Amino acid sequence: MTFRKYLVLAGVTLCASIGDSLLSRGMKQVGSISLHHLSDLILAVLNPSVALGILLLLGFFASYMTALSWADLTYVLPATSLGYVLLTLIAKFYLHESVTTSRWIGVLLISSGVGFVTQGPALTHHPQKANPYEAEYEPASMKDGQ
Amino acid sequence: MKQAYTWSAIAVIVFASTTGDVLLSRAMKQVGDVGALWRLSGLWTVLGRVLRNPNFLLGVLAMTTAFYSLLFGLSWGDVSLIAPASASLTFVTNAVAARIFLHERVDHRRWMAAVLVAGGVVLLAA
Repeated sequence: MTFRKYLVLAGVTLCASIGDSLLSRGMKQVGSISLHHLSDLILAVLNPSVALGILLLLGFFASYMTALSWADLTYVLPATSLGYVLLTLIAKFYLHESVTTSRWIGVLLISSGVGFVTQGPALTHHPQKANPYEAEYEPASMKDGQ
Repeated sequence: MKQAYTWSAIAVIVFASTTGDVLLSRAMKQVGDVGALWRLSGLWTVLGRVLRNPNFLLGVLAMTTAFYSLLFGLSWGDVSLIAPASASLTFVTNAVAARIFLHERVDHRRWMAAVLVAGGVVLLAA
């Protein structure tokens, strides 16, 4: 794992959690949308929070796909679940919401899970692969996070 | 009856979400390391390879199904059950599916991670 790859995993985590928060805030500003006025859903995109939230979720999808191109699914999913922890910290220290003991235990469990998975290898090697761009392939310029 | 609908919705969300994740992961392994490919052949080559990959398109379809199932599920059932139950179960089913269909080496460390994260998600939503 190089520094650049850790940055991609951080991108997955940050884009997903901040994007979700912005979408949630934007949709609360827009108000409830009735099934009879679906055009309001298109106008909701004009809300700055919704627009920025959609941009960040596109960033999430791009970085998630990038991570899956060189790491296992069972590595990427737990490793990027720190977003749940981030949302709790935002709720506690930015939104000043009360966070119960059980939620702090949840934060601890997720952090432990992330610690477990990131200590192991990111990719299962399949020796029979023939694609020259397969995930094992890593040019010299990428090594050691250069 | 409402419970049956709720758990049916959770089952559909977990199935569609796991299918989507497995298909997207397989597609990206077939495409190869995006960073290396981008430097060697350019962004359009990367986009062309990704968008022409049938597994990617099927994966997006499955993820869309999961998203709309979640929306329908939330209209029937309790958000405090559907959201954490589907999110945490997906971590476990993904580990099983990745081992079977992607032949990933899911060792005790990854199992522990999947179970701890799944439990953590449940507690965060409690």
